[in-house]
Parts: sequence; structure tokens; C-alpha cells
Amino acid sequence: MSEPVLTEQISQQLLLDYYKKMLELRLFELKVQELYRNGRLPGFVHLYVGEEAVAVGVCANLEAPDLVFSTHRGHGHALAKGVPSSIVLAELWGKSTGSSGGRGGSMHMYAPEYGFMGTNGIVGAPIPLATGAALSAKVRKNGQVVVCFFGDGAVNSGSFHEAVNLGSVWDLPVVYVCENNLYATEMAFLRATKNTSVASRASAYGMLGVAVDGQDVVAVHDAAQAAIKRARQGGGPTLIECKTYRYVGHHEGDPGTDYRTREEVQQWKQKDPVKLARKRLLEAGVEESKLQAADQEIEQLIDQAVEFAEKSPEPSANSVHDHVF
Amino acid sequence: MSEQGRVITYADAGVEALREEMARDTSIVYIGQGIGPRGGNFRQTRGLWKEFGDERLRDTGICELGATGVAIGAAMAGTRTVVDEVFLDFALEAITQIIQQAANISYMSNGKIKAPVVIRGAMGAVRNAGAHHSHTFYNWFANTPGLKVALPATPYDLKGLFKTALRDPGPVALIEHKSLYNTKSVVPEEGYLIPFGDARIVREGKDLTIIAMSRMVDLAAKAAEVLAQDGISAEVIDPRTIVPLDRQKITNSIRKTGRLVVIDESPSYCSFAGELLAIAAEDCFNELQVSPKRICSLGVPNPFSPVLENQMIPSVERIVSEVKDVMSTSRRKS
Repeated sequence: MSEPVLTEQISQQLLLDYYKKMLELRLFELKVQELYRNGRLPGFVHLYVGEEAVAVGVCANLEAPDLVFSTHRGHGHALAKGVPSSIVLAELWGKSTGSSGGRGGSMHMYAPEYGFMGTNGIVGAPIPLATGAALSAKVRKNGQVVVCFFGDGAVNSGSFHEAVNLGSVWDLPVVYVCENNLYATEMAFLRATKNTSVASRASAYGMLGVAVDGQDVVAVHDAAQAAIKRARQGGGPTLIECKTYRYVGHHEGDPGTDYRTREEVQQWKQKDPVKLARKRLLEAGVEESKLQAADQEIEQLIDQAVEFAEKSPEPSANSVHDHVF
Repeated sequence: MSEQGRVITYADAGVEALREEMARDTSIVYIGQGIGPRGGNFRQTRGLWKEFGDERLRDTGICELGATGVAIGAAMAGTRTVVDEVFLDFALEAITQIIQQAANISYMSNGKIKAPVVIRGAMGAVRNAGAHHSHTFYNWFANTPGLKVALPATPYDLKGLFKTALRDPGPVALIEHKSLYNTKSVVPEEGYLIPFGDARIVREGKDLTIIAMSRMVDLAAKAAEVLAQDGISAEVIDPRTIVPLDRQKITNSIRKTGRLVVIDESPSYCSFAGELLAIAAEDCFNELQVSPKRICSLGVPNPFSPVLENQMIPSVERIVSEVKDVMSTSRRKS
């Protein structure tokens, strides 16, 4: 696990790490957006822009063997768990060097070698899967903790209810992280349910539930740290509701303004997680030049990922039958 | 394979396969409803809970979707699992996890993640259970790339196929038949495996090939017995697994006899029986003497009334009568 935020020095160093990771997620997605709009990438993409503090704040507490299950909006989760941006982008490009060799794409990318158990095209489906992986960890007593990310759209599904109930009754080492970005595709959460507090639903399963500001990476980090520690010590699951927002439409191509106002989007951008962390670092005395160097480092990383993915070979057409069974 | 053994039931043969494999492979976890202290609705896990306990025999509430997803997720993470849907009908509650996640995972992950999960359920009509508890949609699974499908018809085959399923790297739909649980046959005490894709020739013959699955195998064998008295020599074949399929043994037989009849408890439209006729047309066209024939359940939901359900499902009498029609059809001019 990461060092606890004890001193000003450690706090600054960790926060700088989180800042850089969040920036990587942000710049990666903006690059994907650009490539997609230019017709370079096949398929469909759902971008994580605006929600970076959740993935980074949670995954900062995980060890390499711990597992993450993700969603259709999952590029950020993959990067935060440590999957290199090069192989994530290569997968989005359908290249043979991608994390699934081009067989998966955005919503079906897997990198178990980094503890990343997949994005998923089906809302709610990863919740039972993550719960099962936690059962595996418990039975094998291997000390793994499993994190399951999902959106507010998933919590009204039967998958959520059935899986969270099993995770709780069996005291499994799993942390359920709901990214409540207020809209499931176009459906406002308050139109989809009478109880808009996701965290409060935990009590229905005899489980601990907490709500945090999902735009504040430190707040997310602290909540996740406590939940992951509890899970690892055999204390069972926790439901963490991270209140967050996506700046972009549901998928690339959806302007995202038919069902929400431009003012609302602008309001949320005032609480931008990347800017917030940068501001906090400056206030703590970190020099602007140090941050600029960090920015440059991340920009280069993304450029390298593009170069790698672009130059990578396509899969061989003859390999179409491989790996069915 | 040795014919030495005891006569035990289909249910007990499944229990024996599980007992042997759970002792051999301590990672196996079994998830389902009523499979712990109760020993299974069909007695299909009788005695196992006493041996292996709560940790490995995990009773759940009524939540097939959650339980199946949990079994698949555990398998993806390295723990071999069995999820018992009990009635195959109830797998419909969980079908998204079976098709979208378990069957696809190997391919989607470029072979990096496997899901060694056995999805167990009992299909078919028994004691007039009505439309919600009698489905035979095993062919849907076979139409899904990434899933293997085993249909044991005897206690001997159940033990051997179950043990093989419990060593397979990927998901296997092990589909039993409710009305077979109390049937008996000789089953060796020692462990044995039946490889997937190895059809069983139930009875050798020369005049026609009858292919049947699951409970229909017994009906086909009985019909062949009756037909023999009329001088008709039927070869009866049970594919045992339909994914993978022993295409070779099946086509060899059709080429030999020149006639094919398929007995299937599923309705004929878009059925596995239809697939077998397609294989006959593709591979054995020149050798076929007459049009191949399907004898299937009628295309209706399972009726409750015994009179109606008996009308729906193939019977020995219907098989004998329709096979005689096939045999009386004159040879195709070549």
C-alpha cells in the first residue's frame, strides 16, 4: 500500500504523483478524442474526462497483484492500475500489440499481467465478476483485494443487487466504487431512482457505505485507503460513492447537451480534479517549473504511446480463430 | 473402458465425479441453491457438504444472475468453479453472464484470461412440470462460440464427462436431464475421463443411423430394439458432447447406412437436429439414399396436461413409426 499522508514532504510527493497520473488519464483521453474525431480509431469510445480523481485516488492504494474490474468508460481505470498507455492505445487502434491483441477494443480490454481484469461492454456485469474474483482471493487466501468500478447507471440493475449482497454476506475482500456522474447515458440519476444516495444503499446489505467528493483525489484516496485496508484484513466489502461528472458526452459522438445544461457542465469544470491538485501543489510550495516539467513528461508519454500504437502491426487475418476456447 | 463397477444412479455418478475431482483439485468451489446441507434438489450433491463444508459448497439465496457471475469471476481469477442452476430453465436469469462474459473472455482477452467454470443444469420434461421447468434449449449454448456443451445420457457418461469438464481450461455447459437422475447403469469405482468430442456408438447397425442426445438416447435404443424385430438394423449414436462434435464418427455412420434420423427433445426449428441434417447434406450428400429426417418435440411450450405433453415429446412408438416410413422410402436414383 502507499505511504500514509503523514508529513508535508510525503504529502507533496504523493500528491505530485497523483497529479501526474491524473494528467496522464486526461491527456490520454483528449488524444483518443482527437484521433477518434479524425477517423483514425474504429469502434466506439466512452471517455473518462472529468472523473480522473476516482481512478487515481482508488488505485493509488492497490498493490500490483490486486485486481480491478472496470466499465465501458474504463481507459482511465486501466491506466491508473498501471497498464501502459501504449498498449491501451494500441488496443483502441485494434493493433496486434494492444492489451487484447486487437480482439477486444475499448470495452473489452484485459491486462491481467497488471491486475486489470477488464473493461466491460455490459453495465452492471463486472459487479458479480469482481465479487467472484474476491471469492477466489478469499478461498485461496492470497491477500488480494478486488476493486470494482461502476457508474450510477449500474446501481439500479439486478446485477448490483445480487452481487453486492453476496459480497457482503460472504465478507469478501472487495471494494465497490460507484462513480456517480449523475447520468446513465442520458438518464438523470434523479429521474431513475427515488433514492439518489448510492452510499445509503449499502445499509440494505449490512455493509458500510461512504460518499466522497469524487473531484478531490485526496478525499477519494483516503476513503479508498480505509476500505481497502478493511477488505484486506477480512472486514468485508465497502461501497464508496464518488460524486463526479463527465465533461464529455456518453460516447464520442454524443454532444452530451441534450439532457443537461451547458451551465451545469461549466459548474462542474470549476471543480476540475487535475486543476484542483495542481493548485494545491502550488499552494504547498511546489515550484511552477517542477509542475511544468511534470506536464512535459506526461505529454511526451502520450506522444510515445501514439507513435507506438500507430506503427504497430495489425493482427494477422489468419489468426481470427485463435483463442476462442 | 472397463465394464467392472457397481450399478449406481445418474445423480450418484455426478456426485462421485465431484467428490473425486474436489479431492484432487482443492481449488474447486461449488455454488448454487440447496446444494449444501440439503444435497441438491435432485440429490445431485448428496453428501458433499459434509466432506467439503461451507467454504467449498456455497449455498446462495435465489440469485442465479449474481451467483453465476460470481462463479465466472472466481474462475477468471484462478479458482475453478461449478455453478449449479439446478433447473437449466433458471440459467435464463443468468444468461448474460454465461454468453457475454464466460464464453467471450478467452477471445476478448487474447487468451490471457480463461474461465474454467462448469455451468450445470438439468433440462427437459419430467413429471409434467409445465412450461417454466421443462426447457431444452441446450442448442442455444452450442451456437455461442467459446462454450463447450456436454449432454450426458447415462450415469457412466455423466461421471466421465463431468470429470473432463472439471479439468477443461474454459467454460463448459454440463447439461443433464431431470428425468435421468434416478436411472442406473454400471459405473466403475475408479476415476475415468471421457474425452470431449468422442461420440458413443450405442448400438451398431447397417440400415440407418439414428442420432439422439440426452434422454432421447434411451428412447432411440428402445426403438432400435423394436425395429430389429422387424428386420431393420439401426445404428444408434450419442454425440455426448455437441461442442466439440465428433463429426467423423457421425458422418462415417451416415455414409455407411445412407439414412439419417435425428431424435431431439428440442423443437426442430433452428435446432441441433437441424445442424446434424446440415452436416449430412454437406458431408454425405452423395451417400444419402433418402432425405434425412428429424423427430423432435413439437414447437409448443411444454404443456401441463400429461396427454398434451406426451403428444409433444418424441416417444418410442413415434420413432418406430417414422423410422419405418423412412425405411419404406425408395432409394434415390443416382
